[in-house]
Amino acid sequence: MGHTRKNDKEAEVIDENLRRVYQDMLDEKVPDRFLDLIAQLKSQDEGGNSTGGDAK
Amino acid sequence: MSGDPRDELVDHLPALRAFALSLTRNGAVADDMVQDTLVKAWSKISSFEPGTNMRAWLFTILRNTYYSNRRKAGREISDAEGIFTESLSEKPAHDGRLQMADFRRAFVKLTDEQREALILVGAQGFSYEDAAETCGVAVGTIKSRVNRARARLSELLNLDEDDKLEMTDQATMAVVTGGRPAAR
Repeated sequence: MGHTRKNDKEAEVIDENLRRVYQDMLDEKVPDRFLDLIAQLKSQDEGGNSTGGDAK
Repeated sequence: MSGDPRDELVDHLPALRAFALSLTRNGAVADDMVQDTLVKAWSKISSFEPGTNMRAWLFTILRNTYYSNRRKAGREISDAEGIFTESLSEKPAHDGRLQMADFRRAFVKLTDEQREALILVGAQGFSYEDAAETCGVAVGTIKSRVNRARARLSELLNLDEDDKLEMTDQATMAVVTGGRPAAR
């Protein structure tokens, strides 16, 4: 049926669109809640005795 | 020693969120998933082998969390609120290129397993081997999921109509060879 080349072309169109959709998502700013969470996890570790409070 | 691998977590946040959103198609669910993943990754860091693919490791934690929740709920989380398809900014289409909204609408109709395989291989650039390991399945399974996902998208987007494909072709090649078009 000679569909190989056509399938390649379809895959190319799809992947190009896929990458653009994905890139849009990658470009979104990461919400502060995640940076805050990491900082909190870190300070709990450093505090040893996890009070999650006010380590720097 | 290069210090605590957990210091790298922050570098993977954008990819982790993008993967979560692709999988869940729902911003709020995706961010909860990312939060769970970070907490788990933090406490299970000893199971991460330094020097291996941390992104794949994180994706594994995230998808396991997602599928375990899905099992509990007994169904796929839907894009009922249209968050994935509607809330992301729409860029104007040039030439005959596919409208992103059309593509998103088709993308959300794939099964979770198909979206996941396609994103890992087609967008994130994982090797079939890394994608297989991330998903805990055989390489052949990933290949067939990717193929079925592409076939389904082609069908949904009518890419099998030759004229439409010709129209998109030129714009596609421009992007493939010349990078992204000028933004906004």
